[in-house]
Amino acid sequence: MQPSSRHFPENARRALADDRLRAMLDKSASGFRLRRRMAADRLPEFEALRDRGRDIKDHTLAHLDLYLERFEAQVRAAGGTVHWCADAAGARDAILAICRAAGAKTVTKGKSMIAEEIAINDHLEAHGLVPVETDLGEYIVQLRKEPPSHIIAPAFHVSKEQVAESFRAAHTALDPARPLDEPSALLAEARAMLRRRFHEADVGITGANLLIAETGQTVIVTNEGNGDLTQTLPPVHIVLASIEKVVPTPEDAATVLRLLARSATGQEFSAYTTFSAGPRRAADPDGPRAFHVVLLDNGRSALMDTEFREVLRCIRCGACMNHCPVYGAVGGHAYGWVYPGPLGAVLDPALIGLAEAKHLPNASTFCGRCEEVCPMRIPLPAMMRHWRRREAEQGLQPAVTRRGLALWAWFARRPALYHAAARLAARLLRRLARRSGTLAMLPGAGGWTRHRDLPAPEGRTFRELWAERRTGDGP
Amino acid sequence: MPAVGLFVTCLVDLFRPTVGFAAVRLLEDAGCTVAVPDGQTCCGQPAHNAGERGTARDLARRTIALFEGFDAVVVPSGSCAGMIRVHYPELLADDPEWAPRARRLAARTHELVSYLTDVLGVAAVTARHDGAVTYHDSCSGLRELGIREQPRRLLASVAGLELREMADTGACCGFGGTFCVKYPDISDRMVADKAAAIAATGADTVLAGDLGCLLNIAGKLSRDGSPIAVRHVAEVLSGLAGGTPPIGART
Ligand code: SF4
Repeated sequence: MQPSSRHFPENARRALADDRLRAMLDKSASGFRLRRRMAADRLPEFEALRDRGRDIKDHTLAHLDLYLERFEAQVRAAGGTVHWCADAAGARDAILAICRAAGAKTVTKGKSMIAEEIAINDHLEAHGLVPVETDLGEYIVQLRKEPPSHIIAPAFHVSKEQVAESFRAAHTALDPARPLDEPSALLAEARAMLRRRFHEADVGITGANLLIAETGQTVIVTNEGNGDLTQTLPPVHIVLASIEKVVPTPEDAATVLRLLARSATGQEFSAYTTFSAGPRRAADPDGPRAFHVVLLDNGRSALMDTEFREVLRCIRCGACMNHCPVYGAVGGHAYGWVYPGPLGAVLDPALIGLAEAKHLPNASTFCGRCEEVCPMRIPLPAMMRHWRRREAEQGLQPAVTRRGLALWAWFARRPALYHAAARLAARLLRRLARRSGTLAMLPGAGGWTRHRDLPAPEGRTFRELWAERRTGDGP
Repeated sequence: MPAVGLFVTCLVDLFRPTVGFAAVRLLEDAGCTVAVPDGQTCCGQPAHNAGERGTARDLARRTIALFEGFDAVVVPSGSCAGMIRVHYPELLADDPEWAPRARRLAARTHELVSYLTDVLGVAAVTARHDGAVTYHDSCSGLRELGIREQPRRLLASVAGLELREMADTGACCGFGGTFCVKYPDISDRMVADKAAAIAATGADTVLAGDLGCLLNIAGKLSRDGSPIAVRHVAEVLSGLAGGTPPIGART
């Protein structure tokens, strides 16, 4: 995916003008928020669980090399292979090589954000393979030739009417008279289409919600069961995961899973939680003949010794975006890259560069809702501020912002002048507003007055009135 | 008698001196002596949020030096109070001279309503305000300082006042300091949603504890031609609301 994050303001404007999108964003996000709230309220130890989740991840990150090596040793002992990939290109090459060695034509795919990060579909298509998304949401956005707009609900922005349109366009054998009004009818149609694909597939690629060091298992959660079919039916299973997904033990994994489902969808547990450990063994009734784990770094280890380290605790639950008023206004595509919302505002600058992604950490009011709900207690607003600081240090701010701030700071260090300026502004703005009480336009304040009036000051500053009161001739 | 230093805030000083006098009245009624140290300017939050750490640290040191002699520092704004309470200690954490001073000041700095209720134990005010009001929880006050019940408790004691809660009282109004001018279209969507939630209550007045949010909300309501009045909560609690027209109102 080519980033378009530098065009965030224009992307956002386009999204804001789209009424259909607005209705879907409101509906999807409010449903997620409500269900998370209820799930959290039902579990008395939810807050304590968040602390444990954070501690598990902090501990793992502090010993990441150790746990990853242990994970690899266990995968090998179970007959699988681990491929260490420093960057996206490395991961793409590794996957293509595995597919080629298997003589693959069709590749089924479970949901994976890492797959989006390395743009594996484009790569496979460019080399003559056919990738088929098997997660319903991913399948929908694939048909619409769009990237996902949300990390757990790829078609977060799509209404069921739009899904029906896409299905009718793509499934040419579909009887035009068949109704597709109900979500269940859409699901049945997608199932029927995908079932064939599952059997044709030569390779199945899934992501991983967790990697368990002690057992060498990879874990995925889904609500559709598509992940199981993707990974058990084809002869080759590739797990695509980033390095920070590892946790030490199955107990740690259980803690994270309890947080994940509640924070993401408000479920106690996802419908399917699947543990994979190596290829099929002699006595197994099914399973792949070959098992590969493609482990991607792609800039993550470089965050370890920075102020952004804690974002590596993220378990990709999506709660931060469901609760973010900016995401709720503009949707995921406006962010212009794989990870939207508050998570993206922190992670994207690290992965695609601050020059490309600098709008994302700026487009926040620091309202703090993301941090309030993040199950891993990641201080997302503070990290956005860290990016702003780097932006200032690297001189990436727009010149008018820089000059405006410098001028303001010069005054703020000189109380007498600062107050004189305030006194002047209070009088001037009051005069300009006359009796109306507000200003509809003000030179240089277009950002404010485009959509709002500017309430006029009362006319004199508190400090001057206070000084008069003390000398006895004030209020 | 606690000696209170009032940190007025830039926006109150420039736009809404009535809020400053309301704070003084409430504090004096609660038995405090109030001083307004000369030389105060800005808490530094705009610089801090713009990533201008050097400027933010300079302004933090100035504010600390100016206010550290008081028993308490009181601020009629959750966001400026949050800056001093939460952000000064982390801003100056690596400065051996200023870190302890920042921590000491942080512990003694309070948002106005929180100071009255949580610290002084004020449970009721004597003001009267006839009408239906709705209360917007501003983000820093709510999520950084845990202010939610306190203003509602005091409002419940105001004679003649009926509180009608809006949907999602803690949803951000879209102000966000420079956010509202850097991303005006997104900010507009947020404040439009907020204005709709306010209007849906049927209240004649909206209150909040932060002038930034109030100017944003008042500006939007005014642009939409709404008759809903906008005031800082301290104006109503102090009984000074009668003497000054609402924010942005025609005079
Ligand atoms: S940052 Fe937190 S809330 Fe957002 S996706 Fe990651 S774990 Fe979930």
